Formats: sequence, structure tokens, C-alpha cells
Amino acid sequence: MNVPDDLLYTESHEWIKREGENVRVGITDHAQSELTDVVYVELPKMDRQANAKEAIAIVESVKAASDIYAPVKGTVIEANKALEADPGLINREPYGQGWIFVLKIDNADDLKNLKDAEAYRKQIE
Amino acid sequence: MSEAAHKETPLYKEHVRLGARIVPFAGWLMPVQYTGIVDEHQAVRNNVGIFDISHMGQFIVEGAGARDWLNTMLTNNVGKLEAGMGQYTFLLNERGGIIDDLIVYRIGDQKFLLVVNAARTDEDFAWLEKHLKEGRSLGRPDGGWKDAAPLALINRSADFGGVAIQGPRVVEFFRALFGRETELPARNQIVKLPFNGVTVFVARTGYTGEDGIEVFFHAHDAVNFWNAALEKGKPFGIKPCGLGARDTLRLEMCYPLNGSDLSPERNPIEAGLGFFVDLSKPKFIGREALLKTKENGPRERLVPFRMKDKGPPPRPHYSVFQNDERIGEVTGGTLSPSLNWGVGMAYVSAAHGKIGAQIDIEIRGQKFPAIIEKKPLYKKSAS
Repeated sequence: MNVPDDLLYTESHEWIKREGENVRVGITDHAQSELTDVVYVELPKMDRQANAKEAIAIVESVKAASDIYAPVKGTVIEANKALEADPGLINREPYGQGWIFVLKIDNADDLKNLKDAEAYRKQIE
Repeated sequence: MSEAAHKETPLYKEHVRLGARIVPFAGWLMPVQYTGIVDEHQAVRNNVGIFDISHMGQFIVEGAGARDWLNTMLTNNVGKLEAGMGQYTFLLNERGGIIDDLIVYRIGDQKFLLVVNAARTDEDFAWLEKHLKEGRSLGRPDGGWKDAAPLALINRSADFGGVAIQGPRVVEFFRALFGRETELPARNQIVKLPFNGVTVFVARTGYTGEDGIEVFFHAHDAVNFWNAALEKGKPFGIKPCGLGARDTLRLEMCYPLNGSDLSPERNPIEAGLGFFVDLSKPKFIGREALLKTKENGPRERLVPFRMKDKGPPPRPHYSVFQNDERIGEVTGGTLSPSLNWGVGMAYVSAAHGKIGAQIDIEIRGQKFPAIIEKKPLYKKSAS
């Protein structure tokens, strides 16, 4: 399973990419492979404020619906509209075009609570 | 139930070797998918797929009294079966509720094979055994089952393995497996055929809406048959398929799933399956209850529906509304891989369940419009 070194991770299988004051969030390669064919994504509403570990999006496969969590406290400033037309992007490019939302983070220190690639690799071993 | 308590089919190790994702199902460890549900679904719609169905139960009922006794236990008319033919039927409780749906084959003049759902195997057998004993002790002429001719009821579930081979290329594939000259059984027919030195049962039945066969063999022959089928099926694009694809395929056809669409609280008339009930038979368990349902009309009805717009797929237990009134509940739903559209089935109040009626499916607090459709939800395009 692909776990890029330059990203941060949550226990609930989101990846986090720091972009200045914001973070871009998606689900990991491992998560997409577990979920299998993604057929529907419910994106978070713009400007929604979320606490860490709050469910703010839903990814549905043929079999089931799964919650996607805000990795840290912040405000939704972007959601990936391309997933509405092509939810399979999450399976094909989990770390690229399959990103789900961008959060403006409240406090950059919160990122310290996330896992690095090595810790996440251990988790999914 | 812990993982350790789950049974493994004789093909379990093959599934693991093929990289299947294994899940507990009906007391068994079963493959839910190998390469992906959509991929496997398409293999069955376009080429051919093979499913392990070894978890299903098999009973033999044999003897001079077998036919008449089965006719008192099952809803369809066993008397109409020619030797070698099978029929879909129900095992009901006294309230007309469905204990199980199954296929009964007449495999000899006085010998029947019942193929039942994995989750219900033990319950079915206990029910049949109990009624066999009670019925016979009640004696003749009209206290119990009137025929006291001898018969035996045997649970062979542990001895048999089985696979379903389904898809439009099954006829070519059958010939590659069993030889050019071997004739395929007719729809619902079961035949005994030699295969690599052993004997297997081959029935022209299935649960996918495609042409297909189901093959039953001794458990110790399962691995050989499975691997030979995968090898010989290569030119036909065969794929091993799991429970995930089995569910999406049957749902597109509106074939009921026991435990979701069928239960002891539902009867075959509510489920829209009255065709498999012969009320002209003088006596079978559940008959009086069904006559009442037929007379008064069912309170609720199982109906297929299709979402009106693209959106989240329907799922079991979502509420169904019509004009803001709650009229029922979804039993099964998914994004149909063939239609690339949300479809499902639901029990709704009979007054509201007309074909073409507009309904709403409540998904996470929001209502999404849908339309009640005719069966099946998916029809093969005439090509």
C-alpha cells in the first residue's frame, strides 16, 4: 500500500497535506482499497466549522457508507466538486485528484496530534 | 459469534490464495470479493463468473411417502415435478411467514434434493424433522399428514460443496468443462455428469438473472472442480465472484434475499412471490394464513424502486415516504453496477405501492425522490 512520506495521517485513514494555513484532506490508498469501488461522495458544506474527529463527509461504496472526519479543528474552504461526477477518482488517485476537502486550520499546533507516515504504516500492517 | 466459530467451506483456502476479502456470513467465512464487486458483477453480466455456494444446505428426502409429505411442508406443488426437474418454493410457519426459500429437485422417482439457505440450514432441518415425527405419530386418516408411507429425511449439508457458474458464456464454458457432446440440462433441470473421474450434479439454475448452472459435488472434490473450472474458463474470461457481486446481481433482478426481503414475519404474497404458492393444494403449513392474506389483500408489499436522480445509493432500513407520510422501509439497495444508478427494494403499504408511484427515500435526514418500478430493475438489452 502506498503511504507517501510527506503526508500526515489519522487513525481513521484520512491523509493530510499541509498547504500553509490550510490542510488538504483525502482518504489513504489503504482506505480506498478497503472500501472498494466508491460510488458516491457527500462533500462537506462550504464554511462549515468542524472539530477534530467530527464526521463531515461521507464516502459510499457499493456495499456501505463510511464517515470521513475532520483531522483537526478548522473551517471548510474548498470541497472537491469533481468527485460528484467521478467518485471513482478516490480509488484511482487517492492522494491526487481524489482529495475530498480543504480545511483552514484554527491552530497549527493541532497537527502535532496526527501520525507520520511511519506510524500510519505500522497501524495498517 | 467469534471468528473461530465460523465454518470454512471446502474452498476456503482457494479463496484466501486468490486474495479474496473474507467476511463472516451466515456462520461461514465467505469471500465477499476478489478483485472488486463492480468488476465481478460485470464479469457475470458480460462473460462468466464462478461463486462458491458450498455454504448452502442440502437435504435428501426419499421414500414412497416423500412427494406427498413434501407437499404438506412446501408451498409449490411437488407433484408437478417430473423426475430431474426442480422448482422454487417456500417453507412456511403456521402464520404463513417464510422460514426459508429454497429449490426442491426431484432427483429420482421417489427421491428429492432440497437446496436451502446457509443461514437457515439447521433451523429448516429441525423444522422438517419435528414435523416428520409429529405428523407421523398423529397417524391416519385426517389427524395429521394422511400419507404414512415410509420416507427418510437426511441432512447432507456437510458432505456437499457447490459452485454457481453464471453468465452469457456459460454454454460454451459448460462444453469446455464437460465435453462437446454433453447436453446442457434444461432450465430448472438437474443432471448427473461425470467430471474427471467423479460424479457431479449440474442444475440449470442461478441467482443472477444470467444463464447459468449450479454444480454440486462431494466436499472432497471441491478444490479439484474449482481449479479446473478456473483454468478451463480462462478463454471465456471467467472470474471468481464473491457475495458482494452476488448481492448486486440478484438485486438488479429483484430476486429476494432471505433475512432481508424474506423473514418469518413476511409471507410470499406480501413478497410478490405468490406464483410459487399452490393454494389449490388441500394442505400445507401456512395455507390458511395465506388464504386470508389473499382474501383481504396484503397490508404491505415488496416493491422495486429506482432513484429519480443521481445521488446517494439507497440502503437497507432507510425509511420510505409518500407525501410526507412514512409508508415503509428499504430492505435492500445499492448503486446498480449495470445501470450505474441507485436502485432497491422496499416493503411499503400496499395502498401506496403502485407501479409508477412517486416515493421518497430518506437518506441521512434528507428526502430523495424515487419511483416504484416493475420487476426486474435490470433488463438485458436485446443485442
